[in-house]
Formats: sequence, C-alpha cells, structure tokens
Amino acid sequence: MAKSIDVSDLNIYYGDFLAVEGVNITIPQKSVTAFIGPSGCGKSTFLRSLNRMHEVIKGAHVDGKVLVDGNDLYGADMDPVNVRRMIGMVFQRPNPFPTMSIYDNVLAGQKLNSKKMKKSEADTTVERALRQAGLWAEVKDRLDRPGSGLSGGQQQRLCIARAVAVQPEILLMDEPCSALDPISTSVIEDLIHELKTEYTIVIVTHNMQQAARVSDDTAFFNLAGVGQPGKLVESGRTEKIFSNPDNPATEAYIQGRFG
Amino acid sequence: MTTTLQKTPEPFDLKSELQEHQLPLWVPKAIVAGAAVVGVLLAVSGAVSIAQAVLIGWALTWALPIASRVVEGGRKASDRTVTLLVSSAFGLALIPLGSILWLVISRGGPQLSAEFFTYSMRNVVGEGGGIYHALVGTLLITAAATIISVPIGLFTAIYLVEYGDGNRLSRSITFLVDVMTGIPSIVAGLFAYALFVIFFGEGIRLGIGGAVALAVLMVPIVVRACEEMLKLVPNELREAAFALGVPKWRTVVKVVLPTAISGIVTGVTLAIARVIGETAPLLIIAGLTDSVNFNLFSERMTTLPVFTYFSVKFPGVPPEASIDRGWGAALVLIIIVMLLNLVARAVSYFFSPKGER
Amino acid sequence: MSSTTEREKEAPRPVRRPGDRIFEALSTSAGILILLTLLGVAVFLTLEGLPGITASADEIGGKTGGKGFFAYVWPLVFGTVWAAFIALIIAVPVAIGVALYISHYAPRRLSSTLGYVIDLLAAVPSVVYGLWGLLFLSRELAPFYQWLADTFGFIPFFAGNPSGGVSANSILTASLVLAVMVLPIITAICREIFLQTPRLHEEAALALGATRWEMVRLAVFPYARSGIVSASMLGLGRALGETMAVAMVLSASGVVTFNLIGSTNPSTIAANIALQFPEAFGTFTNVLIATGLVLFVITFAANFAARAIVERRKDFSGAN
Repeated sequence: MAKSIDVSDLNIYYGDFLAVEGVNITIPQKSVTAFIGPSGCGKSTFLRSLNRMHEVIKGAHVDGKVLVDGNDLYGADMDPVNVRRMIGMVFQRPNPFPTMSIYDNVLAGQKLNSKKMKKSEADTTVERALRQAGLWAEVKDRLDRPGSGLSGGQQQRLCIARAVAVQPEILLMDEPCSALDPISTSVIEDLIHELKTEYTIVIVTHNMQQAARVSDDTAFFNLAGVGQPGKLVESGRTEKIFSNPDNPATEAYIQGRFG
Repeated sequence: MTTTLQKTPEPFDLKSELQEHQLPLWVPKAIVAGAAVVGVLLAVSGAVSIAQAVLIGWALTWALPIASRVVEGGRKASDRTVTLLVSSAFGLALIPLGSILWLVISRGGPQLSAEFFTYSMRNVVGEGGGIYHALVGTLLITAAATIISVPIGLFTAIYLVEYGDGNRLSRSITFLVDVMTGIPSIVAGLFAYALFVIFFGEGIRLGIGGAVALAVLMVPIVVRACEEMLKLVPNELREAAFALGVPKWRTVVKVVLPTAISGIVTGVTLAIARVIGETAPLLIIAGLTDSVNFNLFSERMTTLPVFTYFSVKFPGVPPEASIDRGWGAALVLIIIVMLLNLVARAVSYFFSPKGER
Repeated sequence: MSSTTEREKEAPRPVRRPGDRIFEALSTSAGILILLTLLGVAVFLTLEGLPGITASADEIGGKTGGKGFFAYVWPLVFGTVWAAFIALIIAVPVAIGVALYISHYAPRRLSSTLGYVIDLLAAVPSVVYGLWGLLFLSRELAPFYQWLADTFGFIPFFAGNPSGGVSANSILTASLVLAVMVLPIITAICREIFLQTPRLHEEAALALGATRWEMVRLAVFPYARSGIVSASMLGLGRALGETMAVAMVLSASGVVTFNLIGSTNPSTIAANIALQFPEAFGTFTNVLIATGLVLFVITFAANFAARAIVERRKDFSGAN
C-alpha cells in the first residue's frame, strides 16, 4: 500500500519568486522522513508540493518531477484532486470541521465527495481510522458530538484519523505537534511509530529532538540568505545526520548554533 | 536629605488632597433625580405640555456643570458639560423612536381586525376594507426579489472570496457593489421602469418590475453580508478539505457554505427587512390597485408601503377612515420588519457553528 | 503571445474537473451580472432620459411650467442638496454625541443594547417616517416655527411667509425627518470607529490625568476624524436619495429659496419623481427619468467622495 517518492530537480515558485530550488531526494516507503531547518527555508513549501497543496495559493507552480511509483504527480494528465486523495496531509493546527460530528469528521473525505457507503461499511471505516489514530477508546461513546469539542491533542488525532480514513498511500505532516502540549506530543509521536508500518510518512518539524525520536531519515533544508531560495542541504539516515553530518551548516544547525 | 525627610513638619494628607475641590458623589445623582422629579410633576400637574416639561427638566440638569464650575474648576466643569451634552444627544435620539412607535401602535393598533387582514379595498368607499391585497403584493414581490438577488449575491460573494483573489475583475466588482449600495431607491425604480418599457411599452406597471427594482437594492447588501461571512471561514478548513482530495467546488458547497450559513441567513434576512419597507420604486413600477393580484407578471400590484402612502397622502373625503387604515398598514409593516430583524438575530445567535472558537 | 506559450510550457494548465469549471463559471457570471446591471442602470436611464433632456420647452412646458429640462431640474437639484445639507447639519453633531455616549459614556454592559436601540431607527421604513412627519411632527412643530418667525424673522432663514404666517410642511420639517433617518447610519459608523480607538492611547491620556472629555478630545477624535467625515458623506448620500419622507412631508412649489419655514419650498428630485410619476405620460416621463439620472450622478459623487476619504486615510488611521 505505501509507496516511495522520488523527487528530481524540483523548483517551487510563488509567482516569479523562486522559493525552493533544485531538490533531489528519495523518500523511502514505510518509513518516517523528517524535514528540518530554520524558519522560512522552504521545508513546509516543499512538503506541500508533494501533494500539490501549494497550488492552492495563487500563482504557485513548480518545475521538475515528483514521481510516486513511477507516476509524475505533475504530469499533464494528473488531476491534483486525485493526487491529494492518494497523499494525505495533517496540518500544523488541528482543523476539524466545526459543523460536523466526530463521526462525520472521520468520514469527511468520503462524505464531502458524496461517496455512497453502507452504514456498516462506514462504521467499520470510522472505527478502523479512529483506532489507527489511537482515539477510539476516548471518543467511541460520543461519536455524534462536535469534533471541535475535543482537546487540542485529541483534535489533532481526529485529523490524523480523518486523513487515514481515505486510505492514502502517503501521509504528510506539517509540524503536527507545534500547537500541542508535551503529553499530546508524545502520544502523537508514538502514533507516528505505529502508522509507519502501513504508510510512508513525511514530517516537517522545528523540534530536532522530535526529528531524532521519530524519523528514520532526515533532510536538512537551509537558505543562503534573505530573498534567496531555500535548498536541500543534506539528507540521509537520521543517525548519520545527527551524529556525523557531511555539511558544516547541518552540524551547526543541529548543535543549535543558529536557527 | 534623609534627616530632613524624617522630620516633615506636617504629614502629607493624601486623602484630603485627593478629595478637595470635588463634588460629593451623590450630587450629580441628586441633581438628575431632582430635575426628573420636577419634570414629571410639571407634566402630571398639566400646567405645561409634555414637551415643555421635558425641556424644563433638561434645563435644570445644567445645575450640575454650573455647580461643578464653582466647586471643581474649569476642567472638571467642561468634562461634566460634555457628559451632559452626550447623554442629551442619546436622549434626543430616543425621542423620535419612542414617538414613532407610540403613535403607530396607538393609532394603528385599533385597526387590526380580522377584516383588516382578510379584505382588499375593492369597491370599498369610506370605512371598512383591509390590506389583504397589499400583504399579498408585499409578500410576492419581496419573495421574488429575494429569489432573484440571493443567488446572484451569494455567487458573487463566492467569486470574490474563493476565485477573484483581488484580480482586476473582483476589484471592479467590489467597487461597483459599493456604488450600488448608494443607488437611491427611486432610481432603482426608474431603472426597472426603463427596462420594462423597452419590452412592454409606455406606462407599464408590473409586480415583477417591483421585484427587479428591489433586487437591485438587495444584491449589494447580500453580497456584502455573504462576503463578510465567507471571509470569516478559516482557511484551514478549506485546506483540510483539499488535502482530503475534495474538489474546490465541493469544498465551497459542503465546507465553506455550511460553516458560514448562519451568518448568510442573518444577512439575507436583514436585507429582506431593509427592502420590504421600500416605497418609492414600487410606487413607480408596481403601482397601486384596490384588488388582489396574485400574478407578478401582469397588471398592477399594491404593496403595504405604497398602500400606506396613498392612504395617507390621498385619503379622499372624508379622510379619517383612509388615514386610519394607513396607520394600521404602517403598524403591520413595522411588525413585519421588526420580526425579520428578530429572526435574523435569533439565527445568528442560535445557529452559529457548534463549539465556535 | 510568445510569453504565454512559454508559461504554458513551464506550468501546464492543471487538469480541471467539470464540477469545478461549472461552479467557477457560475460565480464569475454572477459577478459579471452585477457589472452588467450597473451598466444597465446607467444605459437604460440615459436611453429613456435622453428624450426628456433634449425635449424643447414647448414640448414639455405643460408639465414643467413652461421650462426646458435644465431650467426645470435646477430648482430640484438645489432643493435636494439644500434639504440634505440641513439634515446633515442637524444629524451629525447628534450622531457623534450618540455614538460617543454608546462607546465611551454608557455603562459597558449596556452599550451593545443601546446600539441595537439606535439601530431600530434604521429599521423603520421610510413611509412610516413620512407618516410621522406629516401627521405628527409638522403639527407639533408649528408653534415652534411661529415663535422662530416672530423672534428671528429678521434672519432670511426664518422669514416665514410674506403674509406673516409659517408653514409646518416646510423644508425644515422635511430636513428634520431626514436627519432622524440618517442619524442611525452615521451613528453606527462613528460608534464602530470610536470603539476602534487604540486602548493604549486612551489609557495614556487618562494616565496623564486627563478628564474623560480631554481623553476623548486627545485620543479619540484625532483618530476618528476621517471616519466621521466619511460617515457623514454616506449619510449625505442617503439623505440626497430619500424619497418618501420628503414627498409626504413637504409642500413644494419648485422655487429656489433659503427660507426654511415658509409655505413656498423647493422640492427634491426624488420626492418630485414620486409625486409626479404615477400620473406622468409621454415625454414628461422621460423628463422625470432624466432627473433621476441627475440624482444618480449626485449621490454617486457623494458616495464616491466618502469612499475616497476612507481609502486615503486608511493607511494612517487604521479605521474605515
């Protein structure tokens, strides 16, 4: 089910502004890859380009290739909507739909696309997704309550359940814990460990301990200066990046000398 | 230095320093209460008219700034003067509101009867008759105006918020919506007339023409209200839907609109309340008739405001019965408008999204 | 053209779903329909008004008192602007006072309720204002006008009738009703702006020992000045176009005079249309439509000025 991603020579633009330049990276399947780097280095932009979410911003476009199982996401006949169905995303701030119950939130991907489902099938999907997100025990008695009534950490897990309910191949996470308290953060980190048995996970994080704890591979992004495009400096196994990076900038960042 | 401080000749009396040159707290209240009592007594005694009593009572409250100038000095006195002026302005604004409501209720109330609501003015001379035909006209024309303007207004707002993104077309639409807000209602009526004359010839009077005129007035209000509400929907919700592989139009229809729906309903209701009382455009294009007309597409159609206008302005001889009907119709109109306003507030209060941030 | 093709090569047009295409087309056409409507207002009014403007005095004289279009419309323009101007002079100070009362003087927990109360004034239909002005206000004001004429008769504004009497259905009454009608509009905007005054400025003034009035003068007014001006202009736009209240209250004879309480009064464009249109036929209809076009231009100018002031000052004050 999970798939790997091959990115070659990817440039990302906002209008005429080149935001990220020349990224080449392979993201292995069924593992966790973390993107780290200082603010504004383009790691979130790059993440959003992996499921064509950055196109939501007017004027944003890319050149280069993003191959998932040999298919170019930016191919002429690719529908971005289908790309996003295949590659799910979890955002920085939990964003459950305020007008929907917990149950409907989990099924949002199906319901919003008016997909017909049998009741039993829907129930199974909800339970499976909530179990995968580690939320089932906490909410199984109040599935008809509004999703916005949950705590921040629960809301974020609800969003993860919502993302996995459409059975994507890849899960992108954009700083999923930055708005959460330490306990919720550790719950989500454990969850990421479990999810990687089924999904390819890419996570952007500001928190280097978190990258070290959850990821198998790490990619370090940096930018040369203000107004310059962000670049992928170095990527590799997490242990190597954190203990013995090739690039001095990576080492400086990891040791906390800047950023 | 420390030694001199230790033998301060007399202790600094903070309390009296802060309280000196200050009117005791009860004085302002006493003056206002006293003025009110004098005014009420004068009015009750019948020595002067109510208006004069109010004026005398108000004049008496000026004792406060005067006393303040004597005791507290210039700065405090001008502060109190302004406070008095500002409060008076508010009181002044309440006078027309109170007097309108009182008049309409006291003069119009006795008119409300079963006959008043169920009879038209067909073949009625002198007393009797009712507003049935005007109620029908008002409801039909306003409903038609709503049906025309809500889709246009809502889709325009969707364009401005979801698609326009500050491009040239959306900027000019925003500007023109501003211009439209300022169109005098009578000009909207003339526009509808000028439009229908082309198809139906001179002297045309049609209910649907009134609906078009009202729609011209309503569209900008609806656009504004919907635009505000759509902008309030957090972008994160749109992104969440996109990331689930939901096409943009479904995101708008199933996520953005439901989230904003209570605000949109409120805005539309307020817009209806605004145009349901319009007289001038309907006077021009919908005209006046004494009979019930259910067909928007043929013949004249009376509405409540136009009925009120003609009842009072051209009452005929003897005028009393007609003027009374005018007050009755005005009361019904005000009740409808107030109900719409109440509904709008209730909708926004009770139906905003659950657990809103 | 070459640059577009290059672009397309760079970023191929994304695949679009039919649903998306239809929906975007729908919303875009709704927006364009608004453009067309406004264009239609201008075009149709001009089309139907033009015969009235070009008609000779002989052709329309029977209805216009022997005048051509411009001679006919000038006293109406004067009356429209004059009535709205007086209304504004009365309404603006009161509106500022009311807004200030609600935003800075009334107890905080009451202020939103008081705001609703004033908003009720805006909800009253204009025909009801007309009724009130015609059957109540003008009668109540008659003795006051008599007193004005007796005391201040030497001022041309309060001269009254040449015969010595006054008319209660004069332009001052109409303007008073207009003032009541625009009051809630100006109040609502001023109130918003007063409430937006930066708290820190207000607290800084109070901390310096300013009284409440000094705080308002030093911190609130400078911040809100442009907002007050544009609120007044929007109120002016409303007063210029208001029809029914004037049509019902004013007894007009189409003269140009500054006398506020006499029996001969200038009419306003809107009221004149409302009074004449139901009975109008032939070229005179076109004349009335042409006057409507003039009114449209005048109100457009007032509203445009208001927006321009807001736009120009937005960057400085943060209020709009």
